[in-house]
Amino acid sequence: MKFAELAIRNFKEMLRDPMHMGLEIGIPAGFLAIFWALGRSMGGESFFTTTMLVPGIAVFGFAFLLMFSAMTLSRDRESALLSRLLTAPLKPRDFILSYSLPYIPMVVLQIAVCFGIGALLGLEMPGNAGLAFLVLLVMGICSVELGMILGLLFNVNQASAVGSVIITLVALLGGIWIDIEAIGGVFYGIGNALPFAHAIDAARYAMIGAGFSSIATDFYWVLGYTVVFFALGTFLFRWRMVE
Amino acid sequence: MSYGTNGNRFAIQTFSLSRKFGDLVAVDGIDLSIKEGELFSLLGPNGAGKTTAIKMLCCLLRPSSGTATVMGRDIHEDPMAVKQIIDVSPQETAIAEYLNAWENLSLIGGIRGLAKEEVKKRSEELLEMVGLAKRAKEQVRKFSGGMKRRLSIAMALVSDPQVLFLDEPTLGLDPQSRRGIWEHIAELKGKKTIVLTTHYLEEADALADRIAIIDEGKIVALGTPQELKDSISDMQVMVVKAKNLPPDVIEGLKEIYPEVKTTDDGIEIGAKELSFYEIVDYLRPRGVAIQSTSLKQPTLDDVFLHLTGKELRE
Ligand SMILES: Nc1ncnc2c1ncn2[C@@H]1O[C@H](COP(=O)(O)OP(=O)(O)OP(=O)(O)O)[C@@H](O)[C@H]1O
Ligand SMILES: [Mg+2]
Repeated sequence: MKFAELAIRNFKEMLRDPMHMGLEIGIPAGFLAIFWALGRSMGGESFFTTTMLVPGIAVFGFAFLLMFSAMTLSRDRESALLSRLLTAPLKPRDFILSYSLPYIPMVVLQIAVCFGIGALLGLEMPGNAGLAFLVLLVMGICSVELGMILGLLFNVNQASAVGSVIITLVALLGGIWIDIEAIGGVFYGIGNALPFAHAIDAARYAMIGAGFSSIATDFYWVLGYTVVFFALGTFLFRWRMVE
Repeated sequence: MSYGTNGNRFAIQTFSLSRKFGDLVAVDGIDLSIKEGELFSLLGPNGAGKTTAIKMLCCLLRPSSGTATVMGRDIHEDPMAVKQIIDVSPQETAIAEYLNAWENLSLIGGIRGLAKEEVKKRSEELLEMVGLAKRAKEQVRKFSGGMKRRLSIAMALVSDPQVLFLDEPTLGLDPQSRRGIWEHIAELKGKKTIVLTTHYLEEADALADRIAIIDEGKIVALGTPQELKDSISDMQVMVVKAKNLPPDVIEGLKEIYPEVKTTDDGIEIGAKELSFYEIVDYLRPRGVAIQSTSLKQPTLDDVFLHLTGKELRE
């Protein structure tokens, strides 16, 4: 496990950068509180119930993780450090793992924060919290693997721009605040092709009591994307390894 | 082709190694054989292709044509095997800014597969050597440029590789730190193969077993420091200490003697045959106040100027 040391370094860099912790935890927490308050003041049958909001905002938080992981890898690619590390006998897969594994604790933390704040705001999970957690966990990993791809394709500035676009896309097409099925058309088509809406839906259903079999399609949809993103990231890393 | 493993101990061999960037030929058909345990220096002016050559040998750049072997392993066919036995101190400082010095060394030790105990022991020695032992627990982004540089070099030494590439290791260091690094490199001499690029001729002169002078991607001379100096032993070098030496006068003098080098307090003129009077008669009427003239033995600097027409330091 030669890559462990590099994964630890990347984890430490993340912890030691206050921006990271602030945004990655602050954004889901803040958005959750704001939209919950909005839902309350609208009253009646609002879309903004905790059951609807918690999975959506968790996934929204992952989009920030996606952007940060992309920027970290991209910044390192431009530095002499990564080219030094590339002279070590590590495989492309090792590099991708050491840049994405450190984000998994962050994914878990984000989900925990969303669940925790959700609980404070009255979230009830009559269904399977563990299953909802699992779906979100895979979605979080999927986001980070997509971040790897962006980090390999773009420089830091581009990665942050593309990251912002993706954050917006997730917000619009993920079905976080609006019911994309009700809108239909191209909007729904794109949203439905991407993994985000599937993860959010599956987590919502799991929270209110759906079993695995009824969310299996959504779950595998997300898992499929994760595997594809990881493979593509590894392929791109190999391509970037020698100029 | 004879590889290092079958008796003929070459640590590095290059075969018409070339690299283009667009139309620019950065490395142009280099053929080198570097012996095991040799300290080999690549000397050349800015943009000569030294870093490009080293990056190809470290499997970071793909050759446009030709190839090379490191301890018998082809850099193109078997990069993983090459990476197992090398380490490099890149020209640019290459450190993890948010880690402390200690953690930076552990990072390299870790990815190179060293045991924890080994890393700890070597890190202690190396931090001592580069004078950072007292600041080992500070995040290195707070270090000065020279301190970062010294750490960057130490990182190349953690894994104790068979083949070590040092790309301008002492660039920008104060004389004292530079001497410290030299001493360490001198200690490694003979124990491992080292390829060193440098702008400091005294560095190559003091440390290298052999020197290759590289210019515009080509090797223009190759030999021991003494051989290179001997190659121009029939040359004379006149040292002129003078005040008030405008650039256009120096340019004019170059038309008579092409190899003119400016120094801190005057010029040095190299040529097979020098006429003292011709030089003085040229300079005096142009308002140059000559303080003294003398002859000296050619140095590597003069070899360099002679072969490339360029001065080594910018
Ligand atoms: N990635 C690159 N893309 C385009 N051109 C490059 C690239 N890397 C190097 N070059 C060019 O190749 C030539 C050789 O560069 P190289 O860095 O190898 O020189 P060098 O001998 O190391 O010089 P220095 O002493 O300044 O470090 C230069 O003209 C440089 O501009
Ligand atoms: Mg260079």
